[in-house]
Amino acid sequence: MGNDPSFTNQKFKVIGSRVQRPDGVDKVTGRARYGADHNAPGQLVGLFLRSPHAHARITRLDTARAEKLSGVKAVITSDDLPDLTNGDATAYTILENCMARGRALYDGHAVAAVAAVDEQTAKKALKLIKVTYEVLPHVTDVDEAMKPDAPVLHDHIYTAGLPRKPRKPSNVYNVAEFGHGDVDKGFAQADVIVEQSYKTEQTHQGYIEPHACVASASPDGTGELWVTTQGHFHYRSVCATLLGMDIAKLKVTSSEIGGGFGGKTHVWMEPIALALSRKANRPVKVVMSREEVFRASGPTSSTSIDVKIGAKKDGRIIAAFAALRYQGGAFPGYIPGMPWAAIGAMTAFTSYKLPNVKSVGYDVVVNRPKVAAYRAPSAPMASFAVESTIDMVAAKVGMKPLDFRIMNAAKKGTRSSFGPVYGPIGIGATLEAVKDHPHMRAKLKKNQGRGIACGFWFNFGGQTCTDINIATDGTVTVTVGTIDVGGARASLSLIAAEELGVPYEQVKAHIGDTGSLGHNDTTEGSRGTFSSGMAIIFAARQAIDVLRERAAIMWEIPVEDVIWEDGHARPRLKKYKKLKPLSLAAIAAASPTTGGPIAGHNESVPDNAGVSFASHICDVEVDPETGATRILRYTVVQDAGKAIHPTYVEGQMQGGAAQGIGWALNEEYIYGEDGRLQNPGFLDYRIPVCSDLPFIDTQILEIPNPNHPYGIRGVGETSIVPPLAAIGNAISNAVGVRMNHVPMSPPRILKAIEEAGG
Amino acid sequence: MVSVTFISTFRPALGGADALEIEAKTLRELMRKLVKKYPRLQKHIDEGIALAVDGEIYRDNWDVEIPDGSEVYLMPRIQGG
Amino acid sequence: MLVSTTINGDVVEFACPPEETLLTALRDRVGLTGVKEGCGTGDCGACSVTLDGRLVCSCLVLGAEAQGREIATVEGLAEGEKLHPLQQNFIDHAALQCGICTPGFLMAAKALLERNPNPTETEIRYALAGNLCRCTGYDKIVHAVQASAKELRQLDKKKQRRKKSKK
Repeated sequence: MGNDPSFTNQKFKVIGSRVQRPDGVDKVTGRARYGADHNAPGQLVGLFLRSPHAHARITRLDTARAEKLSGVKAVITSDDLPDLTNGDATAYTILENCMARGRALYDGHAVAAVAAVDEQTAKKALKLIKVTYEVLPHVTDVDEAMKPDAPVLHDHIYTAGLPRKPRKPSNVYNVAEFGHGDVDKGFAQADVIVEQSYKTEQTHQGYIEPHACVASASPDGTGELWVTTQGHFHYRSVCATLLGMDIAKLKVTSSEIGGGFGGKTHVWMEPIALALSRKANRPVKVVMSREEVFRASGPTSSTSIDVKIGAKKDGRIIAAFAALRYQGGAFPGYIPGMPWAAIGAMTAFTSYKLPNVKSVGYDVVVNRPKVAAYRAPSAPMASFAVESTIDMVAAKVGMKPLDFRIMNAAKKGTRSSFGPVYGPIGIGATLEAVKDHPHMRAKLKKNQGRGIACGFWFNFGGQTCTDINIATDGTVTVTVGTIDVGGARASLSLIAAEELGVPYEQVKAHIGDTGSLGHNDTTEGSRGTFSSGMAIIFAARQAIDVLRERAAIMWEIPVEDVIWEDGHARPRLKKYKKLKPLSLAAIAAASPTTGGPIAGHNESVPDNAGVSFASHICDVEVDPETGATRILRYTVVQDAGKAIHPTYVEGQMQGGAAQGIGWALNEEYIYGEDGRLQNPGFLDYRIPVCSDLPFIDTQILEIPNPNHPYGIRGVGETSIVPPLAAIGNAISNAVGVRMNHVPMSPPRILKAIEEAGG
Repeated sequence: MVSVTFISTFRPALGGADALEIEAKTLRELMRKLVKKYPRLQKHIDEGIALAVDGEIYRDNWDVEIPDGSEVYLMPRIQGG
Repeated sequence: MLVSTTINGDVVEFACPPEETLLTALRDRVGLTGVKEGCGTGDCGACSVTLDGRLVCSCLVLGAEAQGREIATVEGLAEGEKLHPLQQNFIDHAALQCGICTPGFLMAAKALLERNPNPTETEIRYALAGNLCRCTGYDKIVHAVQASAKELRQLDKKKQRRKKSKK
C-alpha cells in the first residue's frame, strides 16, 4: 500500500452515516453477556489470598487446613506453577505477577488461590491458609526508588541502555534517550529559558466491569476460557505458555467487555483460574472485587518529570530538554523493549518543531502493582509537563499561548522529537481550528481561567485475521478477532457494507473466538477499527471475486467479462446486454449449485495507523476558599482521519477528555507509609460523575490517513493526552499560580495559592 | 543506500554506534544484515522493536520496501491502551 | 431462607443465605444478569434497581429484604417488543459505549423522570451522579435523558387528551 493516496478523497455511500449499533438492544435490555454473566455446569468459585505487605519474604505457606475443608476442591500456590517459560523473561514476569514466588512485591500480590463449591466456603478456606511473612523494606515513590540507599527490588536488574553495564543492581531498569541537535548549544543561544519540575500521581483505567472469567481445563490437555479481555488471542498464548498447554487446544472466548482502556490487555488472574480448574477438574469462575482491581490489576505509572525549554525573543523555541522518571510497578515494563518512561520520552515534544531536543526516560520499579497500558500510555504525563512549560515560556516571551504554539507547531517535513521526519500531520490544523472556535471568545469572570494544550499519539495496526461469509439470502456475516468496546461492530459493518455495496442492515458483525480465526493481536493502540477495517476491505474484495466467478458461471460467460458495481454483478461488454445485473442476494441464492458457500478471508499486518494530534480548550472556575475546581466549558479538536461513524468518534473524544479531567483533578493512588494502598474503592478513588462535567464539545478534523483505503486513523487514545495540561494551564490562569502536581485536588491548589502568598 | 539511526537503548548492542549506512531493499533485508553485523541486536528484536521508514512507523510488516536514500529509525516497540 | 417477592411484575420465589445481597440473589438465584456489579459498595450504581419504586443499589440491600416487595430491573423496562423510550434514546444518542453501566443508568433515569418529568440539565446531572460511566463523559447520556423526557411528556399529553375525549 505504501503511500498510495489514490484511495482517499473518495465518495462514500454508507461510511460516515450514524447508524444504530448492532449490540444496542442487547445492551439496553440487560441481555448482553459480560465477563461475570456466564456460568458453566458444576462451576466452582475461585478466590485469591493476597499479600497485605508491600514487600515481604514468604517464609511459610501452609494450605493443609484449607485443603481439608469440606467443599474445597483445589488450592493453588506457586508450588503448583512450575516455571515453564523457558527463559522468556516477559512470560516469567507475568507468571510471578500472577502469583508470588517466595516473595510478595506489592500490597495485593496474589499468594494463594482456592476453588470451592460456593463463595462462603472459598472465603472460609482463605482464612485457613497460614502465611508467615518476613517484612522487607519497601519503596513506592519513583524518586525515592532511584536514590542510592533505596531498597533494591530485584537483584538481577541492572540498568539497561547505558553505554556500559553497571556494576550494581538498581531499581532503574532502563534509560532511553531521544532527540537530535545539540541542546547545550541551543540553550546557550536562547534569550529565554524556563525550567520546571512536575509530579503526576498514579491513576487506574477505572473500567466499571471488574476482571472476570470462567475457566475450564480438562485432564486431556484441552481447555476453555470465557473472559472479559481486549485480546483473547494474547490471553490464549500467555495462559497456554504458563500452564504448558498446546495453544490450539485452549479456546478463549471474549465476552462483551465493560471497558478496558488498556487494563484488559494483560492477564491477571486468568492463568490461575485455569490452574485451579485443572487441579479440581471442574470449571472455575473468578470475579475480582473492586478492591482487587485497584490493588492487583495494572494502573498507569506515577511520574516525576523535569522540563527545560529555551526560546528566542521572537518566540521560536531553540532548545528543549526533559528528564522523565516513570515507575512501572514491581516489574519491568510489560514488554522489556517497551518501557513506560521511554514512551513518555518519545511523546513529550511531538507537537513541536525543535532544532535541538533531548528527552531521557528513566524506568523504575517500585513496590506497587505492575503497570499496564492506559489509553495513550505514558503520553498524558509527559504532555502535562511539556504543555505547562510551553505556557510559561509563551508568557516569558510575551506571546499568547495559542499563537506561541502555532508558531512552533511541527508540520510535514519536521523532524519529530522521537526521530523520524513527519509526513502530513494535523497538529497545525487542530490549532487553527482552536483559534476559530467560538469557545476562545467566551467571556471569563473572576476566579475563572482558560487553558489550551496539545496532545499526540502514535496509533497502531498489528496482526489481523478476518472472515466474511455470505448466507444464501444475501445477508453477510463479518467475523473479526479484535474486540468491541465502544461500537466497533457498527463501524466494521459499515465498512463491509460499503465495500460490498449492500445496505448496512444486511451485515452482521461478530467477534470470533480463538477457535474460529487465526491470531489477532490485542485490541490496543486504537487499532480495532483501523486494522480489522482494513482486513474487512480486503476480505470483501476477495468475496467480490468469488461473486463475480459465480455470476460468470450463472451467465456462462468468462469471469473477466463480469464487473462488480453497487452490490451487483454486471456484464462488462455490450454483447451481453440481455443479461440483467445479478444482486448479491441472487448470486448467493444460487451458490449451492455454483460451487458452494461464498466467502472472503484476509490475514494481514496493517501497519501505519497514522499518528494523531489533538488540541483541547478548557475553562475552569476555582473556588479560592476551598480550592475546588469546576470545569465550565470543554472543547476537543482532533485529527481523526475519515470518521466511519462520527457519533462514536465523538464518543471516544468525549470519553478520553473525561478520563483526563478525572486524572487532572481527583484521581490518585494513595499509599501509606506502610506501603499499603489506602483508597482501593470508588468512594475514595473518585472518578468524575455526571454532575462534575459540562457537555463536552467536539470538532472532528477528517485528515485522511494515506495508508488506509478509506483514510481511517486510530482515534481512541489521543483525547486523554491534553486534558491534564489544558486544565493545569486553566487553573494557573485562574489563580495566578503555576500548578505542577497532578491531581490538582483542592488541598494541592490551596497549598499552591498559600505558598505563592495569595 | 539507506541511513539507519538507532535510539540510545540499542547502542550498546551496536558497539556504541548511533547511525550507519547500509544497502537494503526491504526492512527484512535490512534487519537480516544488521543482525549479521551486530548479533547482540537480536535480543532487542525479540523484545520488540518498531521501524520508521521516512516517518511511517512499522511494527510487524517487514515486507515494506525501502526507497533508495530513505531514512530508517529503529525504535522500541510501543504498545497502546 | 425462602424469599417471596415480585420482580418486574412476576411473582418470584428464591432461596438464599441470610447474608446474601439482593444483587447476588438477582444475578445468581433469579438469573437476572442485567443487574451489574461494578464495586459491591454502593459507589458505582451499576446494580441499580427499584424496590417498591425507590431507586436502590442492590448491592447494599439484602436478598431477604425483598420479601413481600416489588422489584424492577432493566429486564422489565421494555413492553414486549417495544423498547422503553429511554432504551431507544440511549441507542439513538450513542449514550453507551461498553454498556456495562447502561442498565443502572436506565433505572436511575427512569426513577428521575417519574419523579420529575421535566428536569433541567443540572437536575439530570445530579440525579445520575450516583452512577459511574467511564466511557462516555456523560455527554450523550444527558442528551438521551433529555430526549426521553421530552418524548415521555408528549406521550403523557396524548394519553391525557385521549382520556379527556373519552369522557
